Amino acid sequence: MKVAIVKYNAGNIYSVVHALKRLGVEPVVTDDAATLRSADRVLFPGQGEASQAMSYLRQHGLDEVIRSLRQPVLGICIGQQLMCRHSEEGDTDCLGIFPVDVLKFQPTRHEDKVPHMGWNELRTMSDERWKMENGSFVYFVHSFYVPVCEFTSAVTDYIIPFSAALHRDNFFATQFHPEKSGAVGEHILRMFLEL
Amino acid sequence: MLAKRIIPCLDVKDGETVKGTNFVNLRSAGDPVELGKAYSEQGADELAFLDITASHEGRKTFTEMVTRVAATVNIPFTVGGGIGELRDVDRLLCAGADKVSVNSAALRRPELIDEIANHFGSQVCVVAIDARQDSDGHWTCYLNGGRVPTERSLFEWAHEVQERGAGEILFTSMNHDGVKAGFANDALRRLSDTLSIPIIASGGAGCMQHFRDVFTEGRADAALAASVFHFGEISIPELKHYLQTEGITIRL
Repeated sequence: MKVAIVKYNAGNIYSVVHALKRLGVEPVVTDDAATLRSADRVLFPGQGEASQAMSYLRQHGLDEVIRSLRQPVLGICIGQQLMCRHSEEGDTDCLGIFPVDVLKFQPTRHEDKVPHMGWNELRTMSDERWKMENGSFVYFVHSFYVPVCEFTSAVTDYIIPFSAALHRDNFFATQFHPEKSGAVGEHILRMFLEL
Repeated sequence: MLAKRIIPCLDVKDGETVKGTNFVNLRSAGDPVELGKAYSEQGADELAFLDITASHEGRKTFTEMVTRVAATVNIPFTVGGGIGELRDVDRLLCAGADKVSVNSAALRRPELIDEIANHFGSQVCVVAIDARQDSDGHWTCYLNGGRVPTERSLFEWAHEVQERGAGEILFTSMNHDGVKAGFANDALRRLSDTLSIPIIASGGAGCMQHFRDVFTEGRADAALAASVFHFGEISIPELKHYLQTEGITIRL
């Protein structure tokens, strides 16, 4: 199986590489359109700032490449947010794969610290293809969130309920980091590879 | 609900795990990569690796270890010890660490915190604070692994590191460290109630009730400990089941 990871100006891509290697897959990290288009699976991970990431993707023509992919694509963390329509972070127009806008967490109590960092619980929605275990804990680090929408596959409650995972056609996404979520995360990555 | 985190800390010298009692008397406790993997399989929520080597050779060995940890372990991990400049942070993040913790270098040159937060994001920047409470109740911050007192007070410095962009504070009470009589819950609660970033409690774990108390009375977001885990006095699965029965949100 050919697995490609989108190379762009977002950090922490290598933990995804390591996680895939532990599952027996040797991914390529690339910004080459042909390599991305011909891969069996494409991962779009990263940590970073939305406006800088989007302007890099546009400059390198990767926005069009990602939007036009037909194989299963998995966005992780900032990847999920960039697959949405617009982000409040830097007032950024994003890829528009999921027709929903990314918002900044607005804490209402002192205990609600931002960024939302650490292990939190998934409440899963009925989604036959992107099925996670209800009540399992996964690892989050983020200050912006995707509201619950018709494409939400799993919800997490922090300040308000938000989309922990999304799915539309061949596009899948998680706000959390499956590559850092222990055995649960490995199961989710394996499920993506076996879709 | 966001779960409270349990973080085993591994002190690493020349590629071997050691643990000091009151910052001295080191005892060996095995290979850090194997130990880290075992802890993650037992249910540790994060790991911390502290480089206590001073030499250049030791630094290189530590960076190689970080690479092996990143390839092996599937939960987040923080590395610290001897980080003095942005170049050190870059080296450790490239090796695969998720977060770095800075301590003495930040006290000597506080701008280091701004630089890390601006370059890599607040989420990678943990500021470790070692402090001791005097008989009059005042908390003083210490440099160099608790050997050199500074002019800084704990609460003033904690506020400043938050303002400069730290993502978390790892507070070690030198009064409590190694004593195994519980964490510094009063100081921890004051930090947690006045700051808006997560507080990791360190120093004083002796039994499972101490972990319950640090989350309820101390209102810590995470608890870090070393010897009670390394020497098998507390097992992580048992601890997490106990905390759950005590009504604390924990990842099982």
